[in-house]
Amino acid sequence: MALSGLEIYKLLPKTNCKECGFPTCLAFGLKLAAKGAELSACPYVSEASKAALESASAPPIRLVTVGAGDGKIEIGNEVVLFRHDKTFFHQPGLAFRVKDTLPAAEVSEVVSKASAYWIERVGMCLALDAIAVENATGDPTAFVKCLEAVKAISKKPLILISRNPASMEAALAAGAGAKPLIYAADSENWEAMTALARKYQSPLAVRGNGDLQEIANLVEKLTGAGISDLVLDPGTRDMAGTLAKFTQLRRLAIKKGFRTLGYPIISFPGETAESPAQEAIAAAQDIAKYSGFVVLDSFDPAWVYTLLTLRQNIYTDPQKPIQVSPGLYKFNEPGPNSPVLITTNFSLTYFSVVGEVETSNVPTWLLVADAEGLSVLTAWAAGKFSGESIAATVKTSGILEQIERKELVIPGMVATLSGELEEELPDWKIAVGPRDAVDLQGYLKVVARAH
Amino acid sequence: MAVTVQVPVEKAAGAIREVTLGATAADGGTRTSTVTVGGERALPFLHFDAPVPHRPVVAVEIHDQNPVDWASHLRDTWGDVLSDPAEWAKAAVQAGADLIVLRLTSTHPDQQNRSPEDGAATVKAVLNAVGVPLIVYGPGQAQRDNEVLLKVSEAAAGERIALGDIENTNYRTIVAAALANGHCVIAQSPIDVNMAKQCNILATDMGLPAERLIMDPTTGALGYGLEYTYSVMERLRLSAFQNDGMTQFPMICTVGEETWRQKESKPLEGVPEAWGQLSERSVAWEVLTATTLLQAGADILVLRHPESVKQVKLAIDKLMMA
Repeated sequence: MALSGLEIYKLLPKTNCKECGFPTCLAFGLKLAAKGAELSACPYVSEASKAALESASAPPIRLVTVGAGDGKIEIGNEVVLFRHDKTFFHQPGLAFRVKDTLPAAEVSEVVSKASAYWIERVGMCLALDAIAVENATGDPTAFVKCLEAVKAISKKPLILISRNPASMEAALAAGAGAKPLIYAADSENWEAMTALARKYQSPLAVRGNGDLQEIANLVEKLTGAGISDLVLDPGTRDMAGTLAKFTQLRRLAIKKGFRTLGYPIISFPGETAESPAQEAIAAAQDIAKYSGFVVLDSFDPAWVYTLLTLRQNIYTDPQKPIQVSPGLYKFNEPGPNSPVLITTNFSLTYFSVVGEVETSNVPTWLLVADAEGLSVLTAWAAGKFSGESIAATVKTSGILEQIERKELVIPGMVATLSGELEEELPDWKIAVGPRDAVDLQGYLKVVARAH
Repeated sequence: MAVTVQVPVEKAAGAIREVTLGATAADGGTRTSTVTVGGERALPFLHFDAPVPHRPVVAVEIHDQNPVDWASHLRDTWGDVLSDPAEWAKAAVQAGADLIVLRLTSTHPDQQNRSPEDGAATVKAVLNAVGVPLIVYGPGQAQRDNEVLLKVSEAAAGERIALGDIENTNYRTIVAAALANGHCVIAQSPIDVNMAKQCNILATDMGLPAERLIMDPTTGALGYGLEYTYSVMERLRLSAFQNDGMTQFPMICTVGEETWRQKESKPLEGVPEAWGQLSERSVAWEVLTATTLLQAGADILVLRHPESVKQVKLAIDKLMMA
């Protein structure tokens, strides 16, 4: 929990020595609270005060890293309960789980599918982030064998799942890449698991029994033993119970500054699901409601694509919609008599329109107006996509040098702008296009035939 | 050094109003079941904050003419009933619909331009065919909506149906029609908290009792603006719990209509293999849009595919377990 300037002042020497560059300790304290100064500027602050101030400035949910290099996964460090209050910063890692009860050939097959899977959406490459290997047999040898099969296929970060410290040690000794997530310490094995987490410098998951007090007690033991990179599994598996516990954990960390439980969460939506559909529904809840790691048990491209898209939606910064550059774009080699469309620079809108225009094979000019990255209807409602701004885009885009036939097609959603536009662009004909991008292909084909 | 965990319970200053759709014989209608939504005093399914008085419900969307533009695999699922709204409504109830959304698309001047009287007759036929409550939409063109819903309101007098949509720019006729015959109203706004409030104020200022209004915040499909709808709904709910009266209404999300027109739901050629099977993907798109909006406060979800109805209702069962 951030401290106020006055609270910080109480921890300072109160000597007003001015060596920090500020006239008084109070002024320095206020500046510190506003993050406009560094505590190290004060030569006389006590060690106790320093520790208190540092812990107060630590994030309410610890940032935990699993894996290393390009594929590493960072989770936690969230600061709000609702994305509209700021944004959600670190999207949950999506992992696919295999168990060592599966024959090695099948392990290789499913892991290669899951590991190679990716889709492109609004210019971003979306994929699964990690592979979870579970020691369902309880046997260290089988665990290592399964791990070797996974490692032969995938370079993604790993989650090692076993409650048997001997299995965990065997897997870690066999090599599981940099910083695998060790799952999990519980009330019985925590001492051995803590030793392994320390030895292999890896993050450690903590499994509770559904009671937050119990997991808090366990966390205190682990942090007391010097482990600081923790991931919590409160132990609930049903949808309503999971929603309740995850919400309580987020509230405790963000609103109460309760450090003991200020760690990212891991969830297993497949464990109580009766079908891939129900698993995906539970996983979708975990993505929206505070999970840091979602471990999937089924791999069906249709559902994975849907979940990856949902994660991208929820973790888009509401203050910074993904934008494309405003200006003139051409498709299918347009000429002086090709249709001229206009849309906004919200990337999703742009990509929807472009997808349809490209597949139509109709030569087309596309004007992209600067609507501050809003979609057509939202931009129109906010006054960012008006007759005036559209006219300005037309005049500054260079389209006039390219065409002879001055007919502008506006999105059907803003048909109401045509009157205003006829005044703004008196020598243009204003046509109203379809409301939705999906209908653009049909529209363009009709237009192309008419010319 | 023992720490004590105090469960962070939050109490709302205000509650969502309860809205009942449908009237049984005892209340002057002919419905055999009614639907009551709203009444929440906590964010969705947080039973530890406050009891959840009513479960969210699932409506199935049907049309008064065969929806030839729907994806073929969706049409095949329903089969022959698509050309008979009364039979379609029965099939929808069989599929688990808690209520029916009937869209009178054939009355659109650019479509069959059927008369408002025809629309009203279809509404009567559907009311006779099923016992669940009904929400009726006009063709979506303001002037025609007014003409059609006026006749519908009369034909369904006493049944406590909902008439949709009113918007800031078109509400008087429909609100008056609802007032005259004891119906409810769906108030739509374009993913905007203030415009939603304004529309609610316009309707209630005309004398519409607040317990007869449902908000439609406008649904963005998954991948097509879902996050905007999600956040606006969360903001409306949080505002309602701070006792802002003009946000304390149940919310309806027209999920099927939005997801089934996206390219992920349509039979297109040349889509990447990574998208998976169309039949599963299109249901996945509808289902996860629906369940994500449940988490943001949706009270009524309008769906198109029977499999989506089944999966979403199963999820609601699980979420309602306190």
